[in-house]
Amino acid sequence: MTEWIAGLGPWLIAAGTLFFFAGSLGLIRFPDLYARLHALTKVDNLGLGLICLGLACQASGLAAALKYLLVWGLVLIASSISATLIASTAMACGLRPHQHRPAMRTGTTKESHP
Amino acid sequence: MLHTTTAALLLLNAGVALWRLHRGPTSADRMLAAQLVTTSSIAVLLLLGAELEQPALVDVALLFGLLAAVATANFVTRTWTLLHEETGSREEASRD
Amino acid sequence: MSHLVLGFDLVIVAGLAWLAWQALFDRHRFSAVVHFMAFGLVMALVWVRLDALDIALAEAAIGAGVTGALLLAALGRLPATSGHAPGWRDSQWPLVLLALVTTLAATLTLAWVAWQLPRPGLAAPIGEALPNSGVNHAVTAVLLNLRAWDTLLEMTVMLTAVCLVWSLGPALMPYAPATSLPGLPALARLLHPLFLLVPAYLLWRGSHAPGGAFPAGAVLGAGGVLLVLTDAVPWMHEPRRQPLLRLLLAAGVLLFLAVALGGVLLAGTFLVIPASVAGTVILAVEVAAALSIALMLMAFYLYGEPGR
Repeated sequence: MTEWIAGLGPWLIAAGTLFFFAGSLGLIRFPDLYARLHALTKVDNLGLGLICLGLACQASGLAAALKYLLVWGLVLIASSISATLIASTAMACGLRPHQHRPAMRTGTTKESHP
Repeated sequence: MLHTTTAALLLLNAGVALWRLHRGPTSADRMLAAQLVTTSSIAVLLLLGAELEQPALVDVALLFGLLAAVATANFVTRTWTLLHEETGSREEASRD
Repeated sequence: MSHLVLGFDLVIVAGLAWLAWQALFDRHRFSAVVHFMAFGLVMALVWVRLDALDIALAEAAIGAGVTGALLLAALGRLPATSGHAPGWRDSQWPLVLLALVTTLAATLTLAWVAWQLPRPGLAAPIGEALPNSGVNHAVTAVLLNLRAWDTLLEMTVMLTAVCLVWSLGPALMPYAPATSLPGLPALARLLHPLFLLVPAYLLWRGSHAPGGAFPAGAVLGAGGVLLVLTDAVPWMHEPRRQPLLRLLLAAGVLLFLAVALGGVLLAGTFLVIPASVAGTVILAVEVAAALSIALMLMAFYLYGEPGR
């Protein structure tokens, strides 16, 4: 049973790394602040959570495993509240969300990147 | 071995955030990029701590997480104070 | 394996150099400050790679968290039109070149001096003195017993800095309306237990492992800054609480001085702690120093003398 859990660790860590890459891709490619906020606060925290879980599977004892999960819980609290703070601040500054409307008559749906 | 490779990859991933940090365009974007650097560093620290068998690195990671929240809170209060003082220059606060 | 570690280190160094350059020369002031904050994070990683965990803890708490936030808040005090630093004029180029040459010469001299240092360093003498110092962790023993003089002076420097900041004018109130930012008080409430637990843990660990008064004080201070930002410590602004506030600010330095003078009475030498009571005395000084450092950091964020 324990060996099975420890064997799960590397796969979870690899999956977490993939999520980190996806988050960075979002940070670079998404068109505006609000979309990038999603990339960062959801995808990256999922990546960190998978890595913490993977390390907890390989940890030597229950206390060490719980400490990894404590770090993840803390980052979840901090970054989810930070996201709402940043989003409402950007709204108050007058930053409009980027809305992609497909053009009705002309067939060209060219995206505008502000 | 796996841990070190993953840590190196995550470090490169944080390097990608430096582009957004340099580019902007708004200050909130820069704060987001700093947040990505923090999250990646936490993961790097945890992985290195497991690889080198140094449990104290988890404490450093915990500090990173705590202090990132303070930095964001500070940024938000600063922007709201600026908005409060000069309601005329709204664009200024988001762009500067 | 060693190639991998070398590549890892090279990536860190390249990132660090880029961040330092941007923090110094980015003409966009806000961008420069955020680059500096990221620089603090990467610097903490460098200390981890150099096996200096105590410094990594202090750098994570002070460099990345508190100093960055302090610069950010100082930026808010500048007039809104000065978001960009002015570029260099033609007449300033000789000065810039002079500064570059001086920096390069100083770096080379320092590198040469570091190369000349005796190789095993001071680890062996410290190891011999460790049993009499009252703690089991070399860094804490050096900071609070063997070289306590340095730590006393550092605390005095911080107290002087608080006096300087307060002499700039009356305290400024941050504006963060809870109606439009309900997350901010929630963040302070949710994280505050951790901001109390982590410093206590770091202080406890300091006697036998990386930790100690400075990181603990910085983390406690960061939690205090969160309270100052959410306007949750109104007593600091009340005129009748000012004597208490000043007493608490000075408490760390005063207790340290009392210990130093006690050394004169008990052992005949300034700042010598007798081995029999060293453990207790160091713990007391550490607690007082951590609380004092935390309060001093909070005092910086008031941006002026409160209660005026």
